[in-house]
Amino acid sequence: MRRRRTGALAIALATAAGLACAADYVRLPGGTFTSVLPQGATQGSAAAARVDPFDLRATPVTRAEFRAFLARHPEWRRGRAPAVFADAAYLADGPAADDAPGAADARPVTEVSWFAAQAFCDSEGGRLPTWLEWEFAAAADETRADARADPTWRQRILSWYAQPATIAPRDVGGPPDVHGVRDLHGLVWEWVDDFNALFVAGDSRTQGDPDTLRFCGAGAISMADRDNYAVLMRIALLSSLSAADTMRSLGFRCVRPASGEPR
Amino acid sequence: MTRLAPTRRDVLSLFAFAALAASARAAAPLPGDSVYQLHPRLVDQDGHPFDWASTRGAPVLASMFYTSCEMVCPLIFESIRRTVDAFDKPVRDKVRVVMVSFDPERDTVPVLKETAAKHHCDARWSLVRGSGADARRIAALLGVQYRRLPSGEFNHSSVISLLDDEGRIVKRTTTVGDVDPALVAAARPL
Repeated sequence: MRRRRTGALAIALATAAGLACAADYVRLPGGTFTSVLPQGATQGSAAAARVDPFDLRATPVTRAEFRAFLARHPEWRRGRAPAVFADAAYLADGPAADDAPGAADARPVTEVSWFAAQAFCDSEGGRLPTWLEWEFAAAADETRADARADPTWRQRILSWYAQPATIAPRDVGGPPDVHGVRDLHGLVWEWVDDFNALFVAGDSRTQGDPDTLRFCGAGAISMADRDNYAVLMRIALLSSLSAADTMRSLGFRCVRPASGEPR
Repeated sequence: MTRLAPTRRDVLSLFAFAALAASARAAAPLPGDSVYQLHPRLVDQDGHPFDWASTRGAPVLASMFYTSCEMVCPLIFESIRRTVDAFDKPVRDKVRVVMVSFDPERDTVPVLKETAAKHHCDARWSLVRGSGADARRIAALLGVQYRRLPSGEFNHSSVISLLDDEGRIVKRTTTVGDVDPALVAAARPL
């Protein structure tokens, strides 16, 4: 585990201070799951998809964690990462590898490109979650693994999206859901591994129009659940991005394949 | 520096030697916006390791496909073949075509070999496969979108990229089934 253990006292103090143990992964059980993304070749078909169990970072990656990564991987420092992997705004507001620990350390790292996020997860033996894994995790609330049908839950999540994006993200470590995962809603947008595959619609087997051919047949966006606005906004945002893009409100967390006993 | 460290002059001459050696070995540094910044591990249709940057120095048409695709993928092969034919002779002679599978599970080397034969791919063509993660990274570079469905089919976009001799994308087209004149024009100065 990458979390530095300086003794039981430090851990107890951190827990007492209400900090999420930053590099903790929690087990998500997987199962059949109905995604807002259509799973069949016909448009709008909401067939259930199979999600294998996986371990998910309990919180988004923080600035302190990313700073430590930069110290070990100088090739990912701002100014060093090639333009094809990270745009000009990459880490524009830090952190830099030689920054002293600071007040913003527990905030989620943002202004990170998909390639950089991938490299970070790779460095701790993980990867970015797939959209399906992220959506599966994000369906939970404090007591239920799938709270999506509850209008109150939907409304609560939507209220975050109504906040102006100019407010700097707070520290990670919001209240845990039923799996022990925090901050999936209400903090930052998050990269997923297959961000560039979300708006691809079903194959309608039509020919002739280049626009329809662009998506192996169909051009129309088809969503199985049009009422889940909050999740649809995520998809809209992610699919508008290129892999080198960065944003002040876009961070990430990693997954690992489920192995051994849940922690 | 500890007291056991070499003198400053020693260090300087070491640096000078290293710099000299490096400059003699390496070509000009790769531009930051070159897709060859990526180092995927790939294998071609003959089972040979395929160095992603080996096409540096030549114009390249790059795209992605999966063999069991019945509709658009054959059209991509067809479009690229006709685009190559439409290039002016100097470009036509030196252009390379790199087709990356996003279905490495099923697109094994023998399958790639068969696909290359079926589409009459000559020596300018490389059909390559790597890990699923490398396929996803290459797709991100080339602006290709794909998603595997539970049925094993893929939803995917069709994008053909023209790279210059340093691996910079100079033109992308989503025109499939026909030659995009803009792609041919963009290749003229290469």
